Amino acid sequence: MTSHPSQPPVQQPDNQNPGQPPAVGAPAPGPADGVPAPAQQPAAPAYGAQAPVPALAVRGLAKRFGEKIAVNGVNLDVPAGSFYGLVGPNGAGKTTSLSMATGLLRPDYGQVWVHGVDVWAEPLKAKRLMGVLPDGVRLFDRLTGEQLVTYAGLLRGMDRETVAARVPDLLRAMDLTNDAGTLVVDYSAGMTKKIALATALIHAPKLLVLDEPFEAVDPVSAANIRDILHDYVASGGTVIVSSHVMDLVQRMCDHVAVIAGGNVLAAGTVDEVRDGASLEERFVQLVGGRTQAEGLEWLRTS
Amino acid sequence: MVAHLVRLKLTLLRNGFKRSPWQLVGVILGGLYAVGVLALLIAGLFFLSYTEPEMARMVVVLGGSAAFLGWALIPMMATGVDMTLDPARFVTFAVPMRQLLLGLAIGGLVGIPGVVTLVAALGHAAAWWQHPVALVAAVLCAGIATLTCVVLSRVTTSASTTLASSRRFKDLSGVIGIIPLVLLGPITLGITEGFRSSQDFLPSLTEGLAWSPLGAVWAVPGDLALGNWGAAAARLLIAVAFLAVMAWLWKLSLARALVTPPYNAVSRKAGGKLGWFSRMPGTPAGAVAARALIYWFKDPRYGASLVSIPLIPVAVFFGLSQAGDFTFMLWLGPMIAFLLSFAISADIAYDNTAFALHVTTGVSGRADRIGRVVACAVIALPATVLLTVLPFVFIGEWHLLAPVSGVALGILLTGLGLSSVVSARYTYNVPLPGESPFKTPPGSTARMMLVQLGGLGVLGLLALPEIVLALIGVFTGEPLWGWLALVVGVVLGAVLLVVGIVLGGRWYDSRTPELLQAVAKNK
Repeated sequence: MTSHPSQPPVQQPDNQNPGQPPAVGAPAPGPADGVPAPAQQPAAPAYGAQAPVPALAVRGLAKRFGEKIAVNGVNLDVPAGSFYGLVGPNGAGKTTSLSMATGLLRPDYGQVWVHGVDVWAEPLKAKRLMGVLPDGVRLFDRLTGEQLVTYAGLLRGMDRETVAARVPDLLRAMDLTNDAGTLVVDYSAGMTKKIALATALIHAPKLLVLDEPFEAVDPVSAANIRDILHDYVASGGTVIVSSHVMDLVQRMCDHVAVIAGGNVLAAGTVDEVRDGASLEERFVQLVGGRTQAEGLEWLRTS
Repeated sequence: MVAHLVRLKLTLLRNGFKRSPWQLVGVILGGLYAVGVLALLIAGLFFLSYTEPEMARMVVVLGGSAAFLGWALIPMMATGVDMTLDPARFVTFAVPMRQLLLGLAIGGLVGIPGVVTLVAALGHAAAWWQHPVALVAAVLCAGIATLTCVVLSRVTTSASTTLASSRRFKDLSGVIGIIPLVLLGPITLGITEGFRSSQDFLPSLTEGLAWSPLGAVWAVPGDLALGNWGAAAARLLIAVAFLAVMAWLWKLSLARALVTPPYNAVSRKAGGKLGWFSRMPGTPAGAVAARALIYWFKDPRYGASLVSIPLIPVAVFFGLSQAGDFTFMLWLGPMIAFLLSFAISADIAYDNTAFALHVTTGVSGRADRIGRVVACAVIALPATVLLTVLPFVFIGEWHLLAPVSGVALGILLTGLGLSSVVSARYTYNVPLPGESPFKTPPGSTARMMLVQLGGLGVLGLLALPEIVLALIGVFTGEPLWGWLALVVGVVLGAVLLVVGIVLGGRWYDSRTPELLQAVAKNK
């Protein structure tokens, strides 16, 4: 959220403000019944000469499933070249937000730009800029690991030679060289995550969106992947990771957004958001819901 | 505890309906069908009571043995038709073994097959209403028999799950399982032939079964009605002993399952073999085709249709051998063309959420459609040509080759075009990746039938020109009409294929995220 000069670096959006729809110069539908669309930043991201184009800009993103409002008007700016963490309790709307930001799920309201390209107006152009690791989807697991990564590259329209050159590199980076010919269906959970990550990297995207990338990945591989991601950011790429491991996000990311109940509770650099406390403490403060340990008095071994 | 397990099963059933109204429709239709069959069955048994007791006994023993066999084999072949109460899910709960066994057994009765079996078993008492002792015995035996059915299915499934935890076995059994299904016709034909050739085949079979664990329990009421008290007692003993042994075996396997988590030994393989990916062009469409072809050979859900290609001629041959007239075999090509070209009409549903890769990579609808069509055509075109020409080699009638191949190729091309449109628009639930090809998700049948029947109707209309021309050619004997059918079939089919790919691709492009959501519903 740092790229908006008019906004305080750490915002505390109040959702009692059902003002105008997030009109961003597009066909602006009124707020859905039951979906109060907070007009936190009603202006379209106007990128002047002084403000660099954010890698990902999200305005008024909202989605409801039946009665449940999963995402309630999310606004986010992910600066180019940042390592951005998205944290939130289970069911906070992280995956739904990221799915809508990456073109996997059509939002009810709101708009998303990737390096200035509207994801829902020019999906193919936007998808070329993004590498996505969705959470909770299957892979084409009757392919071998090598075939799967090759498949992802060829689907992107890359030429065969480039794909053939990059696949072994990726497999080596993920420590999967010895399992390259094994069917993905026979991979362990951590290996599956790693091969999925490799499919997201093959086309050298400008923005990486990773939903829970470290789940079930062993510490050594996780450290290797972190190194890869840090190098990638250092070379100008942007990474967005969602996680509920605060410690990891605090150490790894330079920016963070806290999402709960489909709203962004705080966003900014990690230091701004944690405000002197640890990220975990700040997170619990923002999200609430801590129950005191007295709750289970009978749970005593003595 | 037992009540808990039964309630859990009921809740699972009810929550299953809540997920989609189609599911409820499917279950209601299935239930109505079951009620109809049951009513017929019980009425038939009632009328049996007016015949000789021997006759009633024979029917009951044969039917009952078949029911036992069904319960033992069908779940095993379908690798766990109903795993909602999978013992593996109770590993972490310290449920006493005895209660777990009882709870799972009674829980196994909840559901259409269980209830149908129970009602049918109880209903078979209707055959014995004229013999009070036999009637009482029949009700008692119904209880034993139903319980045996459930326990039997649990034993065979848990025995096979040890094997089935290896993916290779699961894949293989799924593909091989289709063989008896396709050959059901010839098999029953063989059995009925056997009946006809020997008059006393059925009575002797009944006697044999009545002393085997499969039929013993069903023979008891009949024996009582006939006054064979000793035999009845002995058979009851066999039945109870069988139930006890099965329950004991089940307990053993359950005890083992509870402490042995499934483990899948896999050998690591280095890469270097890209398979179809190196044979297909390095474009998005080529990649989709390569991926789809790999699935045709490696995914049992596609493998099952692959295996049935050579079996269908066999089944048709046996079907026609009754009449002794094999001219109909000449139309084998069009049949295979229809089956195979329509096999990709649910292609995206088969991908399930793996389809997300197509969405994130932004592959164009046209490339996706072309790739899937090419993969299917690589298999379907040679198969269709072969099965169109082959019957002529045996039967002759070469003058019919042109019209028949016109229809076959027309249907193949038109069907591929139609599938390209259908799979981008009308999805229905199919077996999940890695599941048995026989496992139809409950309640999906209604929508599936609707889509498939609709597709068949539309395909018939689209291919009408070549069909009409071919029929004229066949009936007039004028070769000109046959050649016209061939030309029209190929040209019109090709045009419709292109139209299908373009239209399907456009639909795909405009609703890719919605497609992903639709197939993601089936988990």
